Formats: sequence, C-alpha cells, structure tokens
Amino acid sequence: MSVELLINAIIAGLLLGGFYAAVTVGVSISFGILDIVNIAHPAFIILGSYIAYIVNQTLGVDPILTAIIVLPGFYALGMVVYQVYYQSFEKRGQDALRGLAFFFGLLFVTEVLLILVFGVDYRYVQAAYIEYTWHFGFMDIPFRMLIPCVMSLLMVGLLQLYLSRTFTGRAIMAVSQDQLALQLMAADPIKIKRTAFAISIATASLAGAFLIVIQPVEPSVGREYIGRVFAICVLGGLQSLPGTVIAAMLLGVVESLTATFSGPSWAPAVSFGFLLLTLAFRPAGLLGR
Amino acid sequence: MAEPLLHVDNLGKRFGGFVALDGINLAVQPGERLGLIGPNGSGKSTLVNCMCGTLQNETGSVRFDGQIMDGLPANKRTHRGMARSFQLPRPFVTLSVAENLRIPLLFTAHSRGGRHLSKEETENRCHELAGLVGLAAKANKLPRDLTQVEMRKLELARAMAADPKLLIADEAMAGLSQSEVDEIVALLIKMNERGVTIIMIEHIMRAVMAFSQRLVVLVTGKKIADGPPQEVVGHPEVIGAYLGQ
Amino acid sequence: MRAFYFYVSSILVGGLFFAFARWLGNDYLFFAGYTVLQFVVLATAWNILGGYCGYVNFGSAAFFAMGAYSSVALHKLAAGVDRYFPESLVGFAKLILPLNIPTLIIFGGIVSGLVGLGTGYLTLRLRGAFFAIATLALAVVLQTLIVNWDFVGGSRGAYIIRPGEVPILGSYIQYLFLVMLVLAVVALAAARIIEQSRLGYGFATIRDDEMAAEACGVPTLKLKLIATTMSGALMGMAGAPFPYYIGYLEPSSAFGLAYAVNSIAMPMIGGTTSWVGPLVGALLLGIIQQIATVTISSAINLLIVGLLLVGFVIVAPKGIIGLVQDFMRERASDKGQPTWRSRLAIFANMRPGAR
Ligand SMILES: Nc1ncnc2c1ncn2[C@@H]1O[C@H](COP(=O)(O)OP(=O)(O)OP(=O)(O)O)[C@@H](O)[C@H]1O
Ligand SMILES: [Mg+2]
Repeated sequence: MSVELLINAIIAGLLLGGFYAAVTVGVSISFGILDIVNIAHPAFIILGSYIAYIVNQTLGVDPILTAIIVLPGFYALGMVVYQVYYQSFEKRGQDALRGLAFFFGLLFVTEVLLILVFGVDYRYVQAAYIEYTWHFGFMDIPFRMLIPCVMSLLMVGLLQLYLSRTFTGRAIMAVSQDQLALQLMAADPIKIKRTAFAISIATASLAGAFLIVIQPVEPSVGREYIGRVFAICVLGGLQSLPGTVIAAMLLGVVESLTATFSGPSWAPAVSFGFLLLTLAFRPAGLLGR
Repeated sequence: MAEPLLHVDNLGKRFGGFVALDGINLAVQPGERLGLIGPNGSGKSTLVNCMCGTLQNETGSVRFDGQIMDGLPANKRTHRGMARSFQLPRPFVTLSVAENLRIPLLFTAHSRGGRHLSKEETENRCHELAGLVGLAAKANKLPRDLTQVEMRKLELARAMAADPKLLIADEAMAGLSQSEVDEIVALLIKMNERGVTIIMIEHIMRAVMAFSQRLVVLVTGKKIADGPPQEVVGHPEVIGAYLGQ
Repeated sequence: MRAFYFYVSSILVGGLFFAFARWLGNDYLFFAGYTVLQFVVLATAWNILGGYCGYVNFGSAAFFAMGAYSSVALHKLAAGVDRYFPESLVGFAKLILPLNIPTLIIFGGIVSGLVGLGTGYLTLRLRGAFFAIATLALAVVLQTLIVNWDFVGGSRGAYIIRPGEVPILGSYIQYLFLVMLVLAVVALAAARIIEQSRLGYGFATIRDDEMAAEACGVPTLKLKLIATTMSGALMGMAGAPFPYYIGYLEPSSAFGLAYAVNSIAMPMIGGTTSWVGPLVGALLLGIIQQIATVTISSAINLLIVGLLLVGFVIVAPKGIIGLVQDFMRERASDKGQPTWRSRLAIFANMRPGAR
C-alpha cells in the first residue's frame, strides 16, 4: 500500500465526511434534540436530489442554487410532517411504536413513488465544476467533492450559530433539556419543536443537492444513508453539531479507506457496522462519558 | 443495635454537573417507620431511585438485608424484598387495575423461597389489595378511567403487592382528602405492625408526624437531620431550610 | 376448550383450502397460498416483539434471509459432501444429507434465533429507538456478508434444484404449502400461548412502562431477549423453505424490502394487541398483493401497502381488530346478553386490558 494512495484516500474521506455532516445535521436536530426518530430523513434527502435533478435538466439551474431556492418549500413540508406527527402520536402520549412505523411508512412510500415516477435508473446533474479537479503534486481534490463539503460545513456552522446565539435557537436547545425552562422563557414548546423539525427537513433539501453533485442518484440510495446518518448522529453525541462534524469526518475517512483497500462490495457494511458497534459500545457518543 | 435492614453508605449521584445526592448515609432498622422529608428538588426521589436500582449511583453503596445491592438491576432488588411506589404514578396503561396488581404477584411474590401462587390465590390477592386501597369497584377498569388520586392508590397497592420487607412510598398521598390520608396512614401502620419496614416520603406534615418513628431531612442532596420527629422539626437548620425557601 | 376450537378451526380452514386447490388442480393457488402463509408467520413473529413488547424490528428481511441462507448453505454442503467433509465422515454425512424441509426449518430457526439474541444482547439495554435503528443496520450488514460469501452464491445468487415429486402428495409445491400451513399454525399457537401466560403479562408491562415493570420485579432484559429470540427464530423458520420455493435465491430477493415492510404493516393494520391482528392483516394484505401482482405492477403494490401502513397508524392506531372491537363493544353494551358479536370478541381473545 502506497503512502500516496493512503493520503488521497484520507483526503477523499474528509471531503466525504464534510458532506456526511450535512446529511446528518437534520437528524441531529430531529432525533438528537427533539427526540423524534425520523428514519425518513434520507427519503427527504433523495427528494431534494430529484428536485435538483429536475430543475437542472429542464432549466439548467445549478443544483445547489436550486436547493437554496426550494428551501422554504422543504421548511413548509417539515412543518406539515411535524403537525401530523404531533397530532397523531406525540399528543396521544407515549406511542413510540406507531411513530416509528409512521416514519418508516413515509420512507417507504417516498421511495416507491420516486421509483414509479423516475424508475430505477441513476440520475445525475450537470454543472461546470463537477468535472474539475485540483492537483497538488500527487494529491487530487475533485470539485464535485470539495464544493459540497465546503457548503455543508458552512451550513452546519450557520446552524450552530443560530442554535447558540438566537432566541429561537436557544429555545430549541432547551426543548431537549427542560420543558419548564422553556415555558419560563414564554415560548410555546410545540411551536418551537415545529420550527426545529422544519429546519431539520429544510437541511435535507441542501443535502440532497450535495448528494446528486457527488454521485448519481436512484430512489433506493436513501436507504444506504440511514445507517450512516444514525451512526454519525449517535457517535457525535446526538445533539452536538460539532460532535456531528467530527463523527462525520471519522466515518468518511473509515469508509474511504475501506473502499480503497478492500473493495467497494464491503462499503455498505462499514457504516452500518460502525453503527452497530457504536450502539453496542459507545451509546453515549464519541465524546460522551 | 441489630444489623440494619437497609444500609446506605456515602451515596452520591449527579445529573450532568448537578449534584443531586451528596454523600448520603442512612441506616434503617427492621420494623422501623421512617419519614423522609425535604423541600422540592432536595433529592428524595433520586435517593429512592438509587436505592431501588432505577438509577445507578456514582459513589457509595447500598446494602439490604445483609446483601450488597450495587450493580443489581431493579427487578432483582424487588425480588430481594424492596418495593417502591413512584411519585408520578406509572401504571401499566393497557392492563386493568386488577392486572396491574397481578404483575408483582406473578413476578415477585414467589421470589424469596416461596412458590408461585395458584391462579385462584392470585385472583383473591388482587381483589384483596384493590379492596385495601378502596379500588375494589374499579378492579376491571383501565388506568385511564381512574382519577389522579385513584392512580396514586393503585401505585401504592402495586408496591404492596410485591410483599416487600421494605416498602418505600414516594408521596403516595398528595392530593388525597384528609380522611383518605388518615386511611392510608392507618393502612401503612397496619402493614408495619405485620413486620414490614416502611419509608414514607411526604410533604403532608400531619401524615408524616402521625406515621414516623424517626425523621430524616434532605436539603439540596445532603442529609441535614436524622432523629425523633419532634426533635427534628424543631432543629434550627431544618426550620431554616423550609423557611429559607 | 378455546384452544381446541383454535386448532380444529385452523386445521379445517387450511385443509379446506388445500382440498379446494387440489380439486381445481391449479398449482398457482398453492404458490399464492404459500406466500400468504409465509406472511402470516412473519407478521405473527414480528408482533411477538413489536406488538407485545413494543420494540420495532425493521430488519425482518434479515431474519427471514438468514433462515433462507442457512438452507442454502446446508444444501450446498449436501451437494459437495465429498469436497467438504474429511474422508472418515463422508459416509455419515451422506447418510444425513440432504436434510428434509422440517429439519431445515429447525436449523433456520436456530440461526435466526441466535442472530436475534445477539442483536438484542447488544442493543436492548438502550432505548427502544436504538434497537429499531440497529435492526435496520443489521439487515444491511448481513446482506453485505452474504453478498461477499461465495459459498452460498455471493451476489450472483444460488440455484436450488428442488425435487420434482414427493411421495403421497405428488407435487412439491403442495408439500411446501402444507409445511408452511403447519408452520403458520405453530406460530399462531405460540403467540396465543404467550398472550395468555405469565410471559405475555411480562411483555405487556415492557410495552407499557419498563421502569415500572422493573420495580414490580419483571426481569425486563431477560424477557426482551426471549422475545427477540423467539421472534427472530420464527422469521428464520419462515425463510428456511424459501430457497426451495423460489428455486433461485439471490441476496436482493431474500433481503427484499417487501418483507420488512409487510411484516410491520400487516400487524399494524390488523391490530397489534392479540394474535388475531397479524393474522387478519397478513391474510388481507397478502391476498390483496397476490391479486395485485397479477393485475398491476409490484411497485404500485408496495405503494398500496406503504400508504395503508401510514394511513392506519394515523387514523386507526388499534388496527382492524381495534375497529371491530369498538364496534362490537358498542353493540354488546346495548343488551346484557351475549350476542354473536360478544362471543366473537371473546374468541378474538379480547383480554380486559387489550384494547
Ligand atoms: N433524570 C434527571 N435528570 C436531570 N436532573 C434530574 C433528574 N431527576 C431529578 N433531577 C434533579 O435532581 C434534583 C432532585 O430531584 P428529586 O426528584 O430527587 O427531588 P425530590 O426531593 O423528590 O423533590 P419533590 O419533593 O419535588 O419530589 C432536582 O433538582 C431535579 O431537577
Ligand atoms: Mg420526589
């Protein structure tokens, strides 16, 4: 094994990890902070990919720009989903079983609908930067990885600022810890949670665009991301966004190394194996006690 | 003095950075009636949770009936003879009142050298227990059909159903009327006379004073007083803690 | 007495279907019937953990596939006795291999039961949501292992040549149908027995409130492990005859999403509190899908299942059985006398608590 190969694999892994942070940040909010086990999150991401694809195909608009434009649409979708979830499950009390089945059903229905409309062919987008690669000596930095990575870190950074600096952001963080404190802040917990959930779905729009810039997409790709997303989320300590980024980078590098040195057929097992090991041995997360 | 039934030694518990229990020492003699009081948030329920294995304590140890309890899951501690009621009632919502009472009978009653109860004995005991707390008429109702007060009674009866050596009642009487409080106190004293050691956590001072042979006061996770009730309530530190609120 | 009725009526219904299909001389009915019965087993198995204990298993396909692949592995072993066994054992191996279907079912059950036990052991100490996510992960990890395991065909899949004829019955598919029928009755009987036993009460307390269950002396971890093992084992048993049914097994069909979705949707739609729910759900959805695959595409088919699942959990959380029970309770409370409805309600094992 050559050092150059190793370094390139690590670089690719870090770039991939940056993108994984964008994929996971929505789940860190919904699952980590709000305790809503939204396993349908990857389905929303794929939905984002397909929207970016359609607009790119028909109007030639840049996928990431498209994602930013449709952000409010995803936000609204998130509000609707939360409202249904709240009315049907959260309000009726502790019925985790049906809430899980609900999101599983959403995941599944979205996937099947996409298959019905678009078939199982891989779809991809066109943008000038996708073909472009920087070369530094033996190091390769493909723009199709770099741009999503940078944009995604930017997004996570902004979210972190929002959560720690703004009133609503702090209220969202408070939801997970102390409902009473929230009421003392004169905030309506349901409204706060709806906002937070809507934000989490909105991130899926961007993550979806990043995804289709990085790789061609077909409807069932989403399922591969369930393992990644939850592995990163749990390993990152659930509600910490910096933890999420670190865990995402770690998984990115591990996956990239496995793909480079033992072949792509083992790749799916990496993230899910990672998740199983995390759950078994480090359920409080990498940085947790 | 005899070997204490329950021996809590230097028990400590934190939630994140918050110290909920700070080096609690406590010995309870067999057959005692102990009152445990303290302002809201002083750590009474947390102490119960640590003693019963619902929460894991960080430091210290718990000895019960001559055996170390540390590391044992809650169900094993219940089998050894500790039973508790929860402050916020936690009934099994899809089971009827009688079935709720049947659970400890099915899973605990046989555990200390006894045998499994027969179907008939179980039924009889369920109805007897429901009658003791005045829920006989509601035996076949679901918990959601009970009032908050009835829920508390069910919670207490379910703890009694485990046939414990030590019963811990965590605010079993909040919201009850005067006469109901008297009834429950009488019931607990009767149980105690049959040999059950009881720890009662309560804010209703009338009930505490009527019940307790000894009183322990917890304030912000520390034990600040331990002794005969009359003496303890006159203790300047205790008065300070309550008035200082 | 009720148990007696249960066995007699289930064998009667199965037997009648069998006789009817034979009389029509239509093998398609047996193929379709087998699939429906297989779903009865899967749904019942899922419900032992999901409905009774409240722990969601998204990895039914993995347990099913482990059963199927344990059969493939044993089949391959039988085909290559001379290669895989030391000389001294070849004679013995030839004597016992190839194994018959009932033995394969037992093997499949053991393999998947152990997988269930292992998963449970690793994740059941954590919150329920983690278990659910872990089962999702498990399916992918196991599928990757199978894809990379050449002995059972890897990603190319494996051909299983099934015997053309069996004694007495003649047709092999009729034999498989009968095997699955027996398995379905066994699964339903197991679920029934659990429900009425101490174990069933223990499971219900886990579903309702684990902390309170522990305080009442219920050994929750042990019971959860029993439930995952039983549930996994039954799913593996459902999968064990599958390679012989399908003839050619590849990872993507054994780990098909349809299994995971159906084994959740069927109990959820039928109702999760008693064994009747998964049975009703499996029969209903199973038959709809058998008809629909003939007439419309399989994707639309799955879409219907998905939409029904989402619709039911939102609108009728107690499932069809819950709806029927509510209806019957209203009617039964009109008059003091037992009606056919209240008798039916009792037969449907309406425990006072189960609503
Ligand atoms: N699971 C928990 N996580 C974080 N903090 C907790 C938790 N449980 C209790 N606490 C905190 O620990 C402190 C002690 O709580 P505890 O319930 O033991 O008080 P208490 O004496 O029983 O009060 P009360 O009289 O109101 O029942 C409180 O400040 C409470 O907020
Ligand atoms: Mg308390």
